[in-house]
This record gives sequence, structure tokens and C-alpha cells, in this order.
Amino acid sequence: MGGLLTEAFIASLLFGAVTVGIPLLLAGLGEQISEKSGVLNIGIEGMMLMGAYGGFVAAYYTESFWLGFIAGGILGTVVASLMVLFCVLLSMNQIVIGIALTIGAEGLTALLHHFQFSRTYPRMPEVPILDIPGLQNIPVIGPAFFERHPLVYLSVLLVVFVSWMFRRTQIGLNLQAAGDKPAALDAAGVDVKLTRACAVLTTGFLAGLGGAFMANVGAGLFVPHMTHGAGFIGIVLAMLARGKPVWVLLGAALFGASLALTTALQVAGLNIPTDVVQMLPFAMVIVVLILFARHSYLPPALGLPYHRGER
Amino acid sequence: MIFSAARVFVPIVMALAVGGLILLALGKDPFAYYEYVVGRGLLSWSGFQQTVIRAAPLLLIASGLIIAFRAGIWNLGVDGQFLLAAVASAALAPVLILALPSWLTIIICCGVSIAVAMAWSVVPAFLKTRYGLNEIITTLMMTFLGISLANVLVKLPLNDPDNTVPQTMTLPVPDRLGRLFDTTIHSGIIISLIAVLAVHFVMTRTAFGLKLQIVGANPRAAKHAGLNVGRLTFATFAISAGLAGLGGAVEILGVWGTMRADWNPAYGLLVIPLVFLARFHGIAVIGFTLLFAILMIGGESASRRMGVPNFYVLVLVALLLIFLALVEYLDHLSRQRKKA
Amino acid sequence: MTSVAGQTPAVSLHGITKRFPGVLANDDISLDIHAGEVHVLLGENGAGKSTLIGILAGMQQPDAGHIEIDSARVKIHSPRESLRLRIGTVFQHVLLVHSLTVIENLMLGDSWWRIHDRKAALAHFGQISELLGVDIKPDVPIGRLSLGQQQQVEIIRALWHGGKVLVLDEPTSMLTPQGVEELGAVMRRLAGQGVAIVFVTHKLREAYAFGDRISVLRQGKLVGDIARDRLGAMDENQATNEIIRLMFKGVVEEAQSPDVEIFLREGQQGHWSGSFDSSGPAAITLECVSTRAELGECALHDIGFSVMPGEVFGIAGVDGNGQKHLAEVLAGQRPVHSGRVKLRGALTAEAGVPARRLLGVRYITDERLGEGTVGDHSVATNLVIKEIGAPPFWLCGVTLWKRIFRHAREVITAHDVRTPSEHTPLARLSGGNIQKVLLAREISADASVIVFNKPTYGLDLHNTRLARERIVKAAQSGIATIVISNELDELLELSHRIGVMFAGEMSDIVDNHAGAEAEIGRLMTGAKAA
Repeated sequence: MGGLLTEAFIASLLFGAVTVGIPLLLAGLGEQISEKSGVLNIGIEGMMLMGAYGGFVAAYYTESFWLGFIAGGILGTVVASLMVLFCVLLSMNQIVIGIALTIGAEGLTALLHHFQFSRTYPRMPEVPILDIPGLQNIPVIGPAFFERHPLVYLSVLLVVFVSWMFRRTQIGLNLQAAGDKPAALDAAGVDVKLTRACAVLTTGFLAGLGGAFMANVGAGLFVPHMTHGAGFIGIVLAMLARGKPVWVLLGAALFGASLALTTALQVAGLNIPTDVVQMLPFAMVIVVLILFARHSYLPPALGLPYHRGER
Repeated sequence: MIFSAARVFVPIVMALAVGGLILLALGKDPFAYYEYVVGRGLLSWSGFQQTVIRAAPLLLIASGLIIAFRAGIWNLGVDGQFLLAAVASAALAPVLILALPSWLTIIICCGVSIAVAMAWSVVPAFLKTRYGLNEIITTLMMTFLGISLANVLVKLPLNDPDNTVPQTMTLPVPDRLGRLFDTTIHSGIIISLIAVLAVHFVMTRTAFGLKLQIVGANPRAAKHAGLNVGRLTFATFAISAGLAGLGGAVEILGVWGTMRADWNPAYGLLVIPLVFLARFHGIAVIGFTLLFAILMIGGESASRRMGVPNFYVLVLVALLLIFLALVEYLDHLSRQRKKA
Repeated sequence: MTSVAGQTPAVSLHGITKRFPGVLANDDISLDIHAGEVHVLLGENGAGKSTLIGILAGMQQPDAGHIEIDSARVKIHSPRESLRLRIGTVFQHVLLVHSLTVIENLMLGDSWWRIHDRKAALAHFGQISELLGVDIKPDVPIGRLSLGQQQQVEIIRALWHGGKVLVLDEPTSMLTPQGVEELGAVMRRLAGQGVAIVFVTHKLREAYAFGDRISVLRQGKLVGDIARDRLGAMDENQATNEIIRLMFKGVVEEAQSPDVEIFLREGQQGHWSGSFDSSGPAAITLECVSTRAELGECALHDIGFSVMPGEVFGIAGVDGNGQKHLAEVLAGQRPVHSGRVKLRGALTAEAGVPARRLLGVRYITDERLGEGTVGDHSVATNLVIKEIGAPPFWLCGVTLWKRIFRHAREVITAHDVRTPSEHTPLARLSGGNIQKVLLAREISADASVIVFNKPTYGLDLHNTRLARERIVKAAQSGIATIVISNELDELLELSHRIGVMFAGEMSDIVDNHAGAEAEIGRLMTGAKAA
């Protein structure tokens, strides 16, 4: 146990926490926006995966990380648009469609990957870093927090932005109404379906972005099924965050840390098998859910499609 | 009658068609692929036997899902329940067989597997009953947890020391589930067929089944009618998980005799759309599952012979679900229009 | 269409027709709405009033006909359009977002790219509040306001974009008698400012009290109109007779039918003088009953009363003052936090719904589709859902469907339930027929206590009369009958005694005598017992 509190271990853990946490954060924020508007977006795992694949392919061929991220976001949005079409516009069952989209994305990305890269398994080059001058030199936490790709900083700023948006803008109000009582929003003259559609598309973009980050920055390559439940953890984060983006950030950090334990433990010289460590985040989710279940809040109209004038 | 047949076959045809287009885009010949799949999975005797063998665990999981979905419970934890139950059987059987006759071993292993799977559903059941927590997330988390746990168990405490590949000890072939007549098909298929038919009977013709349906259709009305929603929810989770667990036991005791590490056929995920396609109807589920088993067996072969990896089946499944939902929607629309 | 000489109507409906599957909701309706007057749309439930309102509000599109605003032809294809045309609608059910505050709800319609401009909103809010004479704090979450106050917020919302037309759909069902008067004053004030007010109701008395002009609807058609000057010249009796004449013109037998009695009785304190046996033990008694409050619900505090076999005990009060909890406690659907429930003198412990049913307690809920039935299942199934597993329809847990279907057929014939068959999903039936099914299910020979929660809500005249008859019959056969309603007239007609609910407490129990209405009205507003 002696190796556990060393600088190297903590530094590695923090670094890994950020690497793994950012996709969770993006997924969680995206899911929160969807859920606030009343759409339970189960397909988020599929959106992340498509974003991961698309982001990797784009970044690999264009040799630009930013283009990769944008491509990932766009692909996530494409998948989300299917969700909008089937669930928001056609009012089909959100859960069935979400599962279908996830399964489809898993299969499609794995299929495409097989045909494109299974022989070569290419990797991304070194991740470009933006240093925050001065802060980067703080021992232990410096490299983890302040020597990262710019998207990391942007993601944290996004938390602030989304928080502000929820509380102080008309959009935030509309989202809240769409999820709480869509009939009231309709009577006020706002298009409920449009509001929800925008929310879901945004989720798709953020999820795709997160997936692209996982592939390009996290792993440096694409592997089939590589998201391994990150989207679903995002859903959990959104559920527990009770509508406040800050909680998503904290949750993402926590889960990111637990997922990053494998590498960190290896640094500490402890050789705990991967499978055991892989259990950790999910076990933690269950424990957190058991402890904080009574505090989770979901909008009343979640999962229910809106029909104007329904009896 | 014709109309409802269309509702069933149109999604299948559409999915195959669009899937075929994807194959084309990848440079493969869809007709050759489908021809091969059907030829191998259905028309060849050895392939057909494989299909039936594959159908056994699928049917058991499907019967568990019918119960859950009809009761309005999204038990997406079937894969975790399946795997952990399989581990239980795989670990227990080779040990028990040394002291007990094979029929008793099999029965005890099935029992333990069912219990393990049921136990794995307790947490989501509790969270749902007590706090109204959405079981989609909780069961999914339990599945991920279960998959990893199963791996850990196989690789460490239950590992067969005599084997270089990480897996549990093996149950000798003669001691596994008996073969039917002259085939390689094991008696697990009988068990699973009985399970599906039993579930269908329970859901449509018993008080218990009706209670579950009402809880699923309108939980407030269920409470109003005096049904114990909490107890029924727990029961639903338990039975659903138990059947999935039986599926795991059957697969181990009938086919493999052992459990390799990193083995996760993800049958549960693939069966979900079939149950929807069959509209939770027991007989229809048998039909669709067999069809799907043909696809799986044929597809596995095809992945070696024709270079189309098995992931393609996942794509087909997703297309199937989407087209099914679309057909349902159009049908709903046309019925609205007819009323007016 | 009688239009005031020289004045263009603010809104003009021409030949509006709207069809729904199986019913012609609006049949070629043409009428004019003028600024500065209260125009009453009077008709029983199901006459087509709500559909017409929905069309004006942009919620539905007419199949035929057109609408003119200030003589210009318009198409109102969405609520947004309706608001843009300065038509504000207050629907019967509160359409406010409970998790937001008053001012936030009012800001909902603003352009989506805006950042909150609280100052402007608050100023506007102050303006309209003053105009209406209401006093509500803008930063209070909606959930904390009373129903009457929520309705006031709705009215403010309807006028937010510069009201030209204000439509009120059955606004008085949520109000105390005093609240109704206040609403009347508000309407007067607004009319004085030139707002055109459309007041939709099924109560004759209100139509006369508030209307400058009355349009009468029956079965989707506009059957008559009483113009401003004529109405002004009539007294209440004359107006009543004229309305009856319009509604049932030409059909003499109908004009004397019992249904008309219902229509007329609204406001008259006729009550049947059935007697009951008060010598034996009470059928049901509550002592010091309290329940635990949950978010958004009103819990009970220290409720105590008894009901004798054959007595009709009314429970009055505005919605949301604990009636729901009370009904659930009586039925066994909700456990008591403290206190006792006794049936025929014997204490019933934690008796759940099945146990209470065995003891003879029946409960007809107010939420027919949401709670009382399972819409997707057949009529036949719904008739037996409270007896699942029990004989004669179940044997050792196996369902005997043939018996269930036969039973359903018998009930359908006996109670005149209009349905294609016993296999029809219940949700397809009309409200009146669903209520018939519920009544048939609950009222049986072995019942000893029946709780009716808003039994005639949303029903047309015919079904209202049928429901009330069944209540009377139940009491006459010795069943302790408890009727919860927010329609005071109904309770005054049916009950021997009336308990008034306010904020979870029963402020007093009033005998049904001459001065009862005034006393109850006072208690409903929260005044303490005299």
C-alpha cells in the first residue's frame, strides 16, 4: 500500500481522471439538456460511439485534432437527428428507439472499423497541448489540469455556460417548461417539438464530441465498443445532478477518477487485474444510486411524447 | 389477418433490404450473403441443428423479457444475469459431478444459476420499488458490473489450473444435458420451449399475469385496484432474471461445459428487438427467435467464409427495431384516419 | 347573428365545423364576439364549447368555416398565432409550470434568444395586476399558490400580450363562491376597459349573473342567442325560461324531461328528503385522522366524522384542500399517519384496498382514466380488475375469460353502456360511458360504504342525472354514501349533511338546511366555523 500516496500515483490518477472525465462530462451535460426538455435519450451511447469513430477517422486523415472533434460532434448530431425524427416528431417510444440507435451504432462502427482499420490499427499522433502559463508548474496537479488540450478547458467553461443558460435565458426557461409541463409551453406559444428537437440535437453534438475526445485524446485510436458504457454513465450523472450542471462536473470527475485507476495503480506498482478495476465505476454508480436515490429528480414529462390537445 | 402479417414481415424485409445496401457499400454481395446464411443456418442439417441449439438460451431470455416488458419493466440487465448464472453453473457442475449423478448435478446447477440471476436483480428492483428509480439505468449498470465480475471470477478463483486458457473446469461431455434422439441438439431446447409457452400461458390466462399487465399498463390504476405494486415489481424482476439465468445454465450445461474468460455473447441485447417484433406474444417469439438464430449461425459462418464480420448482425437488429417502430407508427396513423 | 348596431365585432366566427372520430363537435357555428362585453357560451358538457374554444386558441383547426378578427379573415394555426392576434385563453385545467415562479411562467412566451429582462417583466406584471385588482407576489413558485390564485396568474398570462379577447373556459369550478364573485368583478373591470370576454360555462345561474349576451350550444349546434338588450330586460326566471326554450325548442317532451330538471336545479336548493336510520352504529367513522404530505399534495390534519348507513354525506371544498387524501384514506388506498378508521364500530387496522373491499367499502375515483381504469384493456377486464384472483372469475389463479366476457355483456345491457363490444379498449368510450362502467363496477349489493369523488364531473346532462340517481338509490338501499364534489349545488341537492374541507382540515359539518349554502361558502374560503 505504500505506493498509493506517492506523487506519481496521484499525478497519474488526476491526469487520467481528466482524460476519462471529460467525455463523461460532455455526455452528462448533453443528457441533462435532453432530459430537462423531457426526452430520455438512451441513444446517447450510440451517439458517443459514432462520434468516436467519425472523430478518429476525420482526425486521422486530416491530421487535425480540431477537425476530428468537430466531425465527431457532427456525427453525433446525425444520430441525434434520427432520434428527433422518430421520437420528437413521430412520437415513437423513446426507449425502443434509443436502444435501436445504440445497437446500430455499435454494429455500424465496428463493421466500418473492421473494413477500414482492422489490419492496420493506426494510432493518433501526440496530443497537442495548451499550457496555462504559471499554473502548469504546480507540482502534481499542474500537468493534470493545466497542460491539456484546449477542449478540456472549453468543457469546463461549458459547464458555466450551460448553468447560466438554464438560469438566466429564455432557452433555459423553455427547456424547463418542455420537461415539466409541455402543454403550458404550447399554450404560451412556443413550439414544444422544436424546443425538444434542439435539445436532442445539442445532446448529439456534445456526445459526439465526447466520443471523439475519447478516441483521439484518450486512447489515440478507435476500438469497437470503446465507449463501454460511458454514455450510460452520462445518463446516471444527469439523473443525479438534479438539473444543475455543476453536479455533472463533480460526478464526471469522480467517475473519471475511478475509471482511471488502472493506469494509476500500475504506476503505483500495484498490479490489480483490469477486470476488477473495470468494475469499480459501475459499482460506484450503484452505491451512489443507493445512497442518493431519494435525491434524484426527473422532470415529470420525461419520456412522454407531447401531443397538442390530447385529452 | 393479411394486414397483421404485413405488420410483421414488412420490417423484416425492409431491414434486410437496407442492410443489403450497407453490404453493397462495403463491397460485399448481399444476395450471396443472405443465400449463404439461409443455406447454412436453415437448409444444412448440421447448420440447422446449430440453429436450434442457439435458440435455446435465446428463448429463455426472451421469455424472461416477455414477462418484464409486459409488466412495464425494462429489464436490460439480462446479459449480466445470464453471465453470472453461467459462471455459477460452470463452476459448480464439474465439482458436483464428482460426487453426484449427472441428472442431479444438472438440476442443482440450474437452481443455483436461477438464484444467482435473481439475486443480481434485487438491487434494481429495490431502487425502483422504493425510490421509483428508472430501471433502465440501474439494470444496465448491473449488466456492466456483472460482465466484469464474471470475468474476474473466471480468471481468478474459478480458474482451471490445468488449463492454459483462462476458463473454469470442464464438465465432461457425457454429463451435459442429454442429446435428443440422434441429433446434436440438447434437451435445453425442450426446457426453453416449455418456458416460453408457460410464460405465455401465465401472462394471458392467469390472475398473476393479468396483475403484471395492469401494473405495466397503468401503475396508478393498479394501486387503485388494490394490487401490491411493490411486491409484483420484485416478483417480475425475479422471474425475468431467473429465466435469463436458466438460459445461462442451459448454455453451459448443454453446449460448452465450461466458461471461458471474456466470453459475452450478448444474447440479451439481441433478443430485445425480437420480443418487441413479436409484440410480446409467446408463439410469435418462438418464430422470430428461430429466424434470428438462423441469422446468427449463418452469420458466424459467413464471417469466416465471406469476410462479413458478425457486427453486421447488430446493424440488422437495429434496422429491424427502427422499421418495426415505423410500421407500428404508420399503422397507428392509419387506424386514426379510419376512425374519422 | 345579432350585432350591436354599428359596432364591428372583435371576433367573428363563420360556419365553424369540426369533426372528431365518431362525433360532430361543432356544426356550422356562427357567432360574433364584441369588445367590452361578457359573452357567455352556455351548454352542457359535451355540447362543443371546449372544441370551439380550442379552435380560437389555435389548438385545433376547423374542418370548415373561417374566423375574422376585426373583419379581417385569419387562420389561427397555432397557439402562438392566437396569442399574436391578442386572444388570451384560460383553460379549465391550470397550464402553469409548477417548478417555475409566477414571473417565470409569464415570461415563457418571449423570443427564445432573449436573456431575462426581469425589470420589464415585473413592471408589466405590476400593470396588469393593478388592472385586475389582484395581489400576487411574482417570485413565488406556482406550486405554492392556491388554485384560485393560479387562475389569476393564468388570466394575467392571457392578457400579457395586450389582451383584446379573453376566453375563460369553465373558470368557476376551481373557486369558492367568494372567488366567483371576485372573478365577476375582474371581468366587469376588464369589460369596462374594452376587452372582449368569452365566458364558457354549463351553469345557467352563472350565465345570467355574468353575461351581457348568451349563446346557447347543444350537441354541437348553436341553438340560440340572447342579445344584450334583451338579456338586460329580463329577470332571472325569464332568462331561464328563454334558455330552456332555446335548448329544447320544439321538443315538448324533452323540455319536461328529467334532464332539464338537472339544468334548472343548478342554483335551486331542492334536496330530496330521504331518511336514514341513525339508531345503529355508524357505517364508517374517522377519528383524528392525519396523513403524511407529499410534494404537491394537501395532507389531512385531524379529520373526524361518521356516516350512518343510508345517509348521504357531502364533502365540499375547492379542489386541492385534502379531498384526494380523504377519499384514499376512506378507500384504504392510503395509510393513515395517525388516527383511526372504524367500520361498523370495529377498528380496521392497516387495511389495504382488498381488505376494505371485503368489508364493503367502494371507491369511485375522480380520475376515471388516469386511476380508475386501465384504458388499454377491454371493458370486460376493467369490470373485474378489483377482483383479480377471486372467484367466480378465477379458479386457482386461472382466468376464466368466458365468464368475464359474459358478465361484461350483462353489465353492458343492464346499464346501457354504449360500446362496440365488451372487448373494446375502455379508453375508446366516451366519458359518460366510462363513468357508467365505473358505477356498475363499484355499486353492488354487498357494498356498505361508497365514496364518490366528483361523480358528475365532465358529464353531460343525461349522464349527470343517471349518476345522481344511482347515488340516491344507493343511499336508499342503506349504503353509507359519501359524495366529494366541488359543485356546491350538487351537494346541496343530494346530501343530508355537508362537511367542508379547507387546507386539509374539515372546518365544520353543516346540516343541509336553508342557510347552508351561505355558511358553506364562507367555510370554503377558510373562515372558521361560526
